[in-house]
This record gives sequence, structure tokens and C-alpha cells, in this order.
Amino acid sequence: MINSHDILETINMIDNENLDVRTITMGISLLDCIDDNIDKACQKLYDKICRYAGNLVKTGEDISKEIGIPIIHKRIAVTPIAMLAAACPTNNPVKFAKALDKAADTIGVNFVGGYSALVHKGFAPGDYALIDSIPEALASTEKVCSSVNIGSTKAGINMDAVEMMGKVIRRSAELTADKDCIGAAKLVVFCNAPEDNPFMAGAFHGAGEPDSVINVGVSGPGVVRAALAKAGDCNITEVADIVKKTAFKITRTGQLVAKEASRRLGVPFGIVDLSLAPTPAIGDSVAYILEEMGLEQCGAHGTTACLALLNDAVKKGGVMASSHVGGLSGAFIPVTEDAGMIEAARSKALTLTKLEAMTAVCSVGLDMIAIPGDTTAEIISGIIADEAAIGMVNSKTTAVRLIPAIGKSAGEELNFGGLLGNGPIMDVNRKSPARFISRGGRIPAPMQSLKN
Amino acid sequence: MNAVITVLGKDTVGILAKVSGECAEVGVNIIEVTQSVLQGMFAMIMFVDITGCTVPFSQLVDSLTETGEKMGVKIHVMHEDIFNAMHKI
Repeated sequence: MINSHDILETINMIDNENLDVRTITMGISLLDCIDDNIDKACQKLYDKICRYAGNLVKTGEDISKEIGIPIIHKRIAVTPIAMLAAACPTNNPVKFAKALDKAADTIGVNFVGGYSALVHKGFAPGDYALIDSIPEALASTEKVCSSVNIGSTKAGINMDAVEMMGKVIRRSAELTADKDCIGAAKLVVFCNAPEDNPFMAGAFHGAGEPDSVINVGVSGPGVVRAALAKAGDCNITEVADIVKKTAFKITRTGQLVAKEASRRLGVPFGIVDLSLAPTPAIGDSVAYILEEMGLEQCGAHGTTACLALLNDAVKKGGVMASSHVGGLSGAFIPVTEDAGMIEAARSKALTLTKLEAMTAVCSVGLDMIAIPGDTTAEIISGIIADEAAIGMVNSKTTAVRLIPAIGKSAGEELNFGGLLGNGPIMDVNRKSPARFISRGGRIPAPMQSLKN
Repeated sequence: MNAVITVLGKDTVGILAKVSGECAEVGVNIIEVTQSVLQGMFAMIMFVDITGCTVPFSQLVDSLTETGEKMGVKIHVMHEDIFNAMHKI
């Protein structure tokens, strides 16, 4: 029999500490929708998504009600659209984005990811056209998310793609300047992109994945913070143990939801992504966990060490709780989506340079950071190159999701609303990397031995 | 198949009767009840067998949640799987 203490603990986590399952993401392969007639391809894509994911939202809601845990998002990730665009080179790929948006509307999901290209070693047919079309695609759709993988530990960094993405990010912001530049918030530039990540904006369904798959992303920073608060002044070994135990419990709920969704939808279970994903809600912040560990404010010296401990303990606790783990798995640090990060950025305790250091030990990278509207494309490319280098050398995923706040400068704020949150515009280093960026070519893949 | 019904809130007359009455109406069998009142706060945990439930489980969740709201207490109805998943290896 389950004991009363355990029952009340679970209910308290859900009611008071924002425990939820962040997303059930169905990955769908669109390889069988490829057609040299773009209209036919779009129709096939729309039909397949509606056929496979028609019950996704309702199934998610039913599971949520029955086991009593909120499941916030139901989403779709598809094969990188550049692979479909390759077959119809004379057409504008934006048509695919519109078809994805329409499918998302029909089945009721709030985001569909996969308007993507993988160009870490070079450009294949379809890649140039797709990357060029990203700003227009993001401006003319609501629910489509885009990502581009520009580097990997095995391939190095494609600097031509880095240069392009600086311009694409700027243009995405410019085309949506009247909506707080939200286009750029739906675009991620990756190094070592995982093929099974359920989280947006970077989700896509990799070429090595099955026809369809259910991936689940957990959450729960509020639960971890509360557990640490209850423990008081214990030593750091005990802190790590508490994080592990809590991550285990959080992940078990994700595993349960994933298994159940997979069974009801008749779609294989892929992975659980063990991520602490914050929201702007008070008490649902990764920064507050770091502060609970003993920092006056997130961004203080010691932040990188605390985050490294957190990120590692989350994985250790979560790995045993799930039969398959994947995706990004770790602690997210999206600035505008985390109440504690927003406060720290406003008070200037947290700067872009500190964030860059933190990304060496967190699960993703420079995420949801508003930068001044007059930041040049070359500087954005420089930031992407730095971040990709951290990912490439450390064999980890890093990502850049920057939002140039067109017409605004450092200290002002952007407000996206909802889970994307709001936050201050953070200043960047104005020295120009233009000559470095314009060289093009590829940074060679790093040594995997002689590690120092 | 079992579920756990918890009632948390201010102690009022007839909470147990009301919840168990609703369970009986839809064929939900009560296996065990524990309850305590601490400083006027009422906490009841009820294990129920929902195998013979005559309505869909989600409807039972909705109707008991609504009952709770009317009585000014918080009622959760959750499948036992979540507690087993979280607290048992």
C-alpha cells in the first residue's frame, strides 16, 4: 500500500511546487512525403501529421486528468524540412511552413518543430533555400519552429553557415519587429543537435528515428528548489543527493506519461528528456535553485560550479528512472523564461559573458536572450561561433537563441507573453569579429584525445 | 485497478459522507480510508477500487473535483500509478 506521506508529497509537488510534465512531443517522419511537386508534398505532409497525431492532444489531456499531473504541451517534431525542399528546388520552401502551421492548427498542438536544416559539414540540396526562407517562414506562421545545426564534434563548425545564421537571426527579428521580434524566439542554431529532443524551438525528427515516436520532456525546477530549501544548511554532497532523488521522482512521472501515451496512441516510446525546464512563473526557476544552493543571486561567482553540480545530479537521478533517456537532458537556462534569470539580468548580476561560461556545463546554451536591436549580423555570428566551439570541444549540445530587439537598446525590455516570458535586453561586446566571420570555411573537428 | 482520492481543506460536516456517497453511486468501492484533523485542517486519503466504476474515470475526476469546490475543500482523484511510479522502485 502506498503511504500517506508519499501521497501528500506528490500532491504538494503538483499544487505548490509547479511539478508538471512539460511536453509530449510526437516525432513524425516525413520522408515518405517527399515529392517534386511541392503542393503534393505539402498535402501529403498535412495528411500524415493529421493522421498520426489527430488524437495526440486529447490523449495528453486524458492522461493528465487520470494520473493528476498537468501536461503542459502537446507538440509535433518532423523530419528536417530541408530534406523535403531538396526535391523541389525551384519552389519557395515557405509553403512547407504554412502546411505545417495548418496541420498544427487542425490537431490543436501549440508548436511544430522541424523547419530545419543540418549543415554541420556542408550544404546539401534544399539547405540554402530553406535557411534563406526561415525569416519569412517564421513571420508568416504562428506555430512553426526552426532550427539549424551548424557544427558537431565529429564534423567541426561550418563557418559559412555561421555567417548565414547571423543574418537569418537578424532578419527573423526584423520581419517580426511589430510582435516583439518573436520570429527570432522560434529559431535555434545548434552545435551537436540531438535528433530526439522534445523541447521547442529546437525539436526535429532525425533521419535515424523510426516512422513515429513519442518523446516526453519533464520539468520541475520548483520541486528541486523546495527540496533543497527543506534540507537547510547541509553540505554540498547532500545537496547533490537531494537533487538526484528529486530528479528521480520527477523523471518517473515522465516515464509513466510516456509509456501511457505510447500505449494509447500505438506509437513507440522514444525517450524521456530529463530536463529542468523553467517557466516565468514564480517558483519555477532554475536560477532560484542555484540561489538556494547559496548564491546571493544567479550570476555571482560560483554560479558555474552550482550549475555543473545541478546539471550532473539531474542526469544521475533521472537516468535510473527511465528506460530510455535522450534529448537535451540537463538544466535549461533560458533567460526570459526564468523568473530568477530575469531578475538577475535586470540587476546586471547576470551578464552575457557569465551566461556563456554557464553554457559549458548546462544542457543547452545561450537561450532566449534579448540583445540590442543594432547588434550587427557579424556579432551575432561571432556569438554563434563561440557557443558552437564550446559544444564542439566538450562533445555536448550547445545552442543559440538570441532575439535582436529591433529599435530597442540595452536596458529596455521585450515581452513575448506566455511561456516565452519577458526580459531585459542584455548588452553585447561591440568589437567587430567581421573579418573572422567573413573568412568562411570550416573549423576542423577537434582532437578527441590528449584532453586538457 | 485502484485510485487515490484525497480531500484537503477546512473541516466541515459531512465531507466523508458526501465523497463516499458519490463513489457508491458510480460503483467505486472504498478499500481503505485514513483521515486526520490537524488544527482544523482536514486531510483524508481514500483508496478506492475503480474496476467496477460505471462512468469513465475522467468523469469521476471532474465530478469529485467539482464537489470539492462546492464544499470549499480541495479534492484530488488520481490513479495509483503515479504514486507507485514516483515512490516505488
